[in-house]
Amino acid sequence: MFNETIDNEQIQIILNDILEVYGYDFLEYSHASIKRRITRLFSLDKFVSFAEFRYTIKNDKQYFKRFLEEITVNVTEMFRDPSFYRALRNDVLPTLGTYPFIRIWVAGCSTGEEAFSLAIVLKELNLLHKSLIYATDINPAVLEKAKKGLFSLNHLKQYSENYLQAEGTNDFSNYYIANYSLAKFDQALTSKMIFSTHNLVSDHSFNEFQLIMCRNVLIYFDKDLQHKVFNLFDNSIEKLGYLALGSKESLDFWPKIKDYKRVKTEKIWRKL
Amino acid sequence: MAETVITQGCSAVVIGGSAGSLDVLLEIFPKLDKNLPFPIIIVIHRKPGGESLLTDLLQNRTQLNVMEAEEKQPIKAGYVYIAPADYHLLIEENQSFSLDYSEKINYSRPSIDVTFQSAADVYKDSLYCILLSGSNADGLDGMRTVKRFKGKLVIQNPDTAIMPFMPQQVKSNLKADYILNAWEMASFINNLCKV
Repeated sequence: MFNETIDNEQIQIILNDILEVYGYDFLEYSHASIKRRITRLFSLDKFVSFAEFRYTIKNDKQYFKRFLEEITVNVTEMFRDPSFYRALRNDVLPTLGTYPFIRIWVAGCSTGEEAFSLAIVLKELNLLHKSLIYATDINPAVLEKAKKGLFSLNHLKQYSENYLQAEGTNDFSNYYIANYSLAKFDQALTSKMIFSTHNLVSDHSFNEFQLIMCRNVLIYFDKDLQHKVFNLFDNSIEKLGYLALGSKESLDFWPKIKDYKRVKTEKIWRKL
Repeated sequence: MAETVITQGCSAVVIGGSAGSLDVLLEIFPKLDKNLPFPIIIVIHRKPGGESLLTDLLQNRTQLNVMEAEEKQPIKAGYVYIAPADYHLLIEENQSFSLDYSEKINYSRPSIDVTFQSAADVYKDSLYCILLSGSNADGLDGMRTVKRFKGKLVIQNPDTAIMPFMPQQVKSNLKADYILNAWEMASFINNLCKV
């Protein structure tokens, strides 16, 4: 059992250090969640004092890499919330299919499960050839994983159930080759993806998109930061383009919501 | 253990439960006062899907307002909040909710430990945590944190719980402040008063 814990003031000190030394700004993240992640790491890595923890984060670049990986939440799933993917398949993507070219931004893509799910739906709608998926994350390590298209076989049973519920039209196992404990996904899917680091807190708009997907990222931000990110998305979505959020996230209290129309009951909004 | 005790001030009640705990909630809810001076926050292990089922089930049995907790929602006295399926529920210093989709804890999301720990950090010694029936290891670490902050530990009597394992763990490893049978819990909660 560890006795030493970290108090709110110390969390603030660490977050300030990180901004100063590495340029990552976590000050507007939801406090309870980031505190839990940092406290968890402190005990997981068996630090004996706050001073030692702070020193290591500030001075050991290798350790900071680990810190970044551990305090950002990278849990994700393929075809998470099947009803969301049904709405993409039946409502959103067929509309975008009338465009000559489809640009999509998956913001906060983590290890890529949602980008791959999206690519599979595009392929089944015969739209993948004219689509480009920009998949970005704050954390370079998860992007390296995403690029490889390798996912643990343990999860594939769940994913293929999700896929069926999401009205997938193929045999899910056609999309990957199982190799020991890993499933290697079809290169044809990755050929239409561009992976890049992007920090929603500090980086700007870099293109115009017809669809932005950002699911279960904003729950980690406080309200002010959420609104800043919505403004960034607003500057990056074409007229009549779509913004898709996680199942517990909402545009509701954002002042510009009047320029958007909700798509059915899903957390998808269309820019008017 | 069943005698009515005049308790210290309470700023929030957090109830955690797993297998066998729904029956207890259904027993408690019809008997709760309609003007409780603190919020009740409920974390029950359940499968995703059928989102509003538990909310409706409890709402039909009480005049308190029952709702699923939403991220950034301010926590108000007299309301009952239920952790949404498949998210951890955390409490912010300014007494609002945050949701978190990080790793499962004790094979569970929502995890009772996560909410107990986060609530302890905010409500400190005026927190009452109640751990009900269940056959999972969840809740024990959370209770440990609650104790460290001098909050009160309440467990369902393992002898009368459908699944005794979860409350029994607390009974064996930590000293519970109150051990109650399901039918005693509503009046216990009604008698807690505001800080």
